[in-house]
Amino acid sequence: MCFPSDFKLIRVNKIIKKEFLSENVFRMEIEAPRIAQSREAGHFVMIRIGEGGERIPLTIADADAARGTVTLIVQKVGCTSAKLSKLNEGDFISDVVGPLGNATHIEKTGTVLCAGGGVGIAPLYPIVQGFKRAGNRVITVLAARSADLLILEKEMTEFSDDVIVMTDDGSHGKKGLVTAGMEEVILREKVNQAVVIGPAVMMKFAAATTQKYNIPTMVSLNTIMVDGTGMCGACRCSVGDKTRFVCVDGPEFDAHQVNFDEMLQRLGAYKDDEMAAYQQYLNS
Amino acid sequence: MEISEYLKAERSQPWREELRKSVKNADRTKRERVVMPEQDAAVRATNQKEVNLGLSKEQAMNEAVRCLDCVDPTCIKGCPVNINIPKFIKCIEAGEFLQAAKALKETNALPSVCGRVCPQEVQCEANCFYTQKLKKHAVAIGNLERFAADYERESGKISVPEVATPNGIRVAVVGSGPAGLAAAGDLTRYGYDVTVFEALHEIGGVLKYGIPEFRLPNIIVDVEIENLRKMGVRFETNFIVGKTSGFDALRTEGYKAFFIGSGAGLPNFMNIPGENCIGIFSSNEYLTRINLMGAARPECDTPVLSGHHVAVIGGGNTAMDSVRTAKRLGAARAMIVYRRSMNEMPARAEEIYHAQQEGVEFMCLHNPVEYRADKKGRVNRMIVQKMELGDPDASGRRRPTPVEGSEFPIDVDTVVVSVGVSPNPLIANALPSLELTRWGTLAVNPETMQTSIPDLFAGGDIVRGGATVILAMGDGRRAAAGIHQYLSLS
Repeated sequence: MCFPSDFKLIRVNKIIKKEFLSENVFRMEIEAPRIAQSREAGHFVMIRIGEGGERIPLTIADADAARGTVTLIVQKVGCTSAKLSKLNEGDFISDVVGPLGNATHIEKTGTVLCAGGGVGIAPLYPIVQGFKRAGNRVITVLAARSADLLILEKEMTEFSDDVIVMTDDGSHGKKGLVTAGMEEVILREKVNQAVVIGPAVMMKFAAATTQKYNIPTMVSLNTIMVDGTGMCGACRCSVGDKTRFVCVDGPEFDAHQVNFDEMLQRLGAYKDDEMAAYQQYLNS
Repeated sequence: MEISEYLKAERSQPWREELRKSVKNADRTKRERVVMPEQDAAVRATNQKEVNLGLSKEQAMNEAVRCLDCVDPTCIKGCPVNINIPKFIKCIEAGEFLQAAKALKETNALPSVCGRVCPQEVQCEANCFYTQKLKKHAVAIGNLERFAADYERESGKISVPEVATPNGIRVAVVGSGPAGLAAAGDLTRYGYDVTVFEALHEIGGVLKYGIPEFRLPNIIVDVEIENLRKMGVRFETNFIVGKTSGFDALRTEGYKAFFIGSGAGLPNFMNIPGENCIGIFSSNEYLTRINLMGAARPECDTPVLSGHHVAVIGGGNTAMDSVRTAKRLGAARAMIVYRRSMNEMPARAEEIYHAQQEGVEFMCLHNPVEYRADKKGRVNRMIVQKMELGDPDASGRRRPTPVEGSEFPIDVDTVVVSVGVSPNPLIANALPSLELTRWGTLAVNPETMQTSIPDLFAGGDIVRGGATVILAMGDGRRAAAGIHQYLSLS
């Protein structure tokens, strides 16, 4: 699709569709024709809601270039995600910019183990699609605290040769952590490559699991960002003893080189401010 | 018409001749330079309001009398955008303040910005007859520029520069900082249909996210941008050329040439142990949180860690902006840690002086070598090493060398690293064939600012690696002329 020369550069970002996938997780389809056309698996966007709003990164779960829309799946965890959850179909998000970051390097390697935890399953979805389309055998492990928090199981099944569901409480699939599901696959068959996306602590343990079996593994990091274009360095992390910027060098890195402990610490930099702001928002 | 002929013609206008005769040169040179009024240091260190208050009409007219309206106005040679300096100053002397602003805008799209942040002391004022020949304080060209631009803005009678008949040819400007705005202004005057694409949600680039309110209020920048809009420039925020849409897509949409003014890009760190501790920021992050995102204002969501003991590493203008910002956010101790001595410090003398007045400590000839953190990972101590100066290096400044065994700790809870920037790879990644310098900046023809891709021109920090607002604007103007020439030939 090509934009005609008189294509109006109007403010887009209209919310076309919104639905809650669980109590705190919602899906939004947003009109953003240029991003929809340019995005690839692995990309993210930065959003801001209104004057005084902060900029936060959100990974793109899906896009429809023909409709000119991108889909975001967001968990309500703080002020900005809660504000976003209050917007409805027909509303506009004041600022959406992207696609940012480097696209996932997708090639045919054989069997690819894709593991997603919580809302990390959302950015994993286009990656699963990509690896499947590239002709790989794709085995997907989906993990959530409980059945009602599990997202995209049906969509993932469509593009996976096998799907294993793990829940902490055993309310759906098998009871246990994501690493148990991954290990089951690794012990069962030859895995050439793994992709893990989820909370930082989950990625840390998943990376340790695949390292044990020497399986090349990629993680997509979700650090704190301000501009998202390389300018500020808030997102920096240590990868193989080198400082890298998640926004322009990532967001995907070799899982076995990432210093997760440092990343976890940096993610908590504003925890007190964030909690206080969220409380204040909820009370307002 | 050649610039020199134009200047001569302007200078020989009857009103200028009459004005020159009205006061004897001996009486002009006897006068002392008018001092810029400023907010009291103790008060201003607790607020975000502008430090310099601006000249009154009388002060400006008195200062304007000092200018001799020289036959050979050497001051103009020191100006990267070639402002007709004697003309605007003589307009002020004559009391024609709106005319003075118009004269500024003949070549400068952002006079009220330049009047505030240009390093005049090393540019126009360094080339002033007073500095060169009389060994006296230069005419306060910068303060007068600010006065004229402010007067015009406050009068509500802002003149919109005349533009050529629109030619319908589309040109894209990438980045809305000083380089991009200057290029957009000139291109619009040539008659082009200009769209400025900005990655952030606000127009203005470093003028908004970098330079603090107390040196350059956002409202000033917004008025200048509004003026460009009135000239016909279009602005598109949240658009990263090369990502949101590629260069080829924009060519298909009718853009015939591009000016890249995407700015400095990635902040440098020193790669010393502990540098990723919580509480250690790049100056870009620190200033962006506060200036662009409003982190210090209660109505804004973005947080910033406020420090009691803040160390800013570096000696440039950005370091001064950061340390003075820390002071204003309530730091009990705000210090500059710089590895060379006061003499080598690249920041403007005025910024250093203002910082000293506001109680900033200067720890020269010291360099951090390690950071330590508390249990939560927040920096709580910095180990610094003493330095001494050796022989001059490639930059002509004396090279700092560490004094072995001189390390000692300093308690800090916030550190701002302000040691320069590296080029952002976004543009280069989007255009693999683009020729770069060995520093990763874009290689250009210095006269036309054309890159190795014919329809692509560039200027500002993406070419220079890190310079000033006015040099970026000069690049933007040169590139606009280069683009005009390129499109006129094709």
